[in-house]
Amino acid sequence: MTVAAQSSSTGKTRKRHFWTMERRDALAGYLFIAPQLIGIITFVLIPLGLVFWYSLHEWNVLAQTFRFQGLGNYQALLSDPGLPQVLGATVLFSVGLVVFNMSLALLLAVLLDQKLKGITVYRTLFFSPVVVSLVAWTIVWSFLLQNNGGINAILALFGVEGPNWLREPTTAMISVIVVQVFKNVGLNMILFLAALQGVPRELYEAARVDGTPAWAQFTRITMPMISPTILLTSIITIVGSLQVFAQIAVLTQGGPGMSTTVLVYYLYQQAFQFHKFGYGATLSILLFLIVAALTFAQWQMRRRLVFYEN
Amino acid sequence: MKTDLSPAMKVVVYGLMTVLLIPFVFPTWWMVTSSVKPISDIFAFPPEIVPRRVDLSTYAQVFELQPFAQQYWNSAYIAALVTAGTMLFSSMAGYAFARIRFPFANTLFMVVLLGLLIPAEVTIVPLFQMFLGWDMINTHWPLILVPIFGAPSVFATFVMRQFFIALPKELEEAARVDGLGRFKIFWTIALPLARPALGAVAIFTFLHSWNLYLEPIVFLSSPELFTLPQALTQFTDAYGGAMWNIQLAAATMTAIPVLIVFIIAQRQFVEGLAHTGLKG
Repeated sequence: MTVAAQSSSTGKTRKRHFWTMERRDALAGYLFIAPQLIGIITFVLIPLGLVFWYSLHEWNVLAQTFRFQGLGNYQALLSDPGLPQVLGATVLFSVGLVVFNMSLALLLAVLLDQKLKGITVYRTLFFSPVVVSLVAWTIVWSFLLQNNGGINAILALFGVEGPNWLREPTTAMISVIVVQVFKNVGLNMILFLAALQGVPRELYEAARVDGTPAWAQFTRITMPMISPTILLTSIITIVGSLQVFAQIAVLTQGGPGMSTTVLVYYLYQQAFQFHKFGYGATLSILLFLIVAALTFAQWQMRRRLVFYEN
Repeated sequence: MKTDLSPAMKVVVYGLMTVLLIPFVFPTWWMVTSSVKPISDIFAFPPEIVPRRVDLSTYAQVFELQPFAQQYWNSAYIAALVTAGTMLFSSMAGYAFARIRFPFANTLFMVVLLGLLIPAEVTIVPLFQMFLGWDMINTHWPLILVPIFGAPSVFATFVMRQFFIALPKELEEAARVDGLGRFKIFWTIALPLARPALGAVAIFTFLHSWNLYLEPIVFLSSPELFTLPQALTQFTDAYGGAMWNIQLAAATMTAIPVLIVFIIAQRQFVEGLAHTGLKG
């Protein structure tokens, strides 16, 4: 008994004493996060450092030149005659996508929140494009949108002559946005639906007793209550819209002219088609700065605009 | 806003939903039906909503023009590996950030969160150079390693962390009194409870890997290594024109398995997505 008591207070070996509960926990913590942390350092942070380094070089892969030139690529960026068009297309695409996507998602979520027979079938069908493979979906739409494709054939039945959707600058941009929205709006729709179902019923009941009209209920109860979800989905949607690539590559290859050449597509062209890695890296930096600025701005907005948060 | 609607309103809502449904459903219908039409009927006027003649030979041609079975396998095994790997490592990291106290935990979490800020497209040029240095260009390694450990998995870690934060403390305390180690607690108690969050992570990760397009076209150049999205765009004639019926047959084959799984698991699927900690 005395021996046991002694060993528990003083008799432990040094090693045992070193491995306190806290230290064992800390070790477990580091081991648990190690794969993810090493991954982020290897595949995100080191590459990000390299992007900066590459952007300071003239690097033509075909000519095998790799020459330090300081800010030369950044000067080239500022005087690139294509850049205003690329940025314009990027902004147009993102704004069009976010506005169309968020309003359609909200409309669908409100409709699908009704107590109606067969509503889950509708939910499933609205959501189904999300699970169709992205390139398959885009290929079908490029088939539909051709001059002699399905859309114009259906318009012709009504005596309307449709435009050559993917070959005219305005309609090409609209087409790319529309194809993308129908593909992914189901995701936002589901998140909105979950948020709508989290709004306490009593609020509506109280409003009904007060005789508040339906539209006012929507703007004064529903919208404020789901505003955290609206903000989060808008962040995801905007950042996602800046990354769009496959749709452009399959539908328009950036054309006609450069009307649908968004930043990521331009970056890909410069680096992997024209083999200008240094300039491609500079465009990557530009993309990074835009994403970082947007995320920061939205984080700030979160404080001011969101009415409530758990 | 769940209210019992008047019969007139019900008709309006059903009507509106049915009209809105057209652009969501018609493309898939048009893809499947056009893929079984003989090439001469594909551009028929008036358009054939239901095909008059069915010709399944295009489905055989898909396999003759490309190593399509191999490409199918490539996409499937890469997506399966990436999904399993992401589920394991992201739940481990998410658990540690939520439940274990260790020095610099918050700082390290911020470092990991940087992955959300830096899209994969930003780092594609240096990643190409790094994998070139490791002799891994034209292999599947970049498509496996980067999604499991790099930026795409950060969202999964974030979702898992949000879930584990909400778990009641008592569950673990009892286990600790019984002398269970951290890994045992994680594996036998926390992880089984995390099924809804894991389901959401699995869906997101699988779809992300299945849809990757920029990475495969940057990293792969041999047709037998291609993944499906890349393979779909390869069915062109000698002039670079699309062979529509064959492209659509191939597209149908890539879409159908996921659609079937989705229809069977529809409830869990949609609930899993709603259950990502993003609830308002």
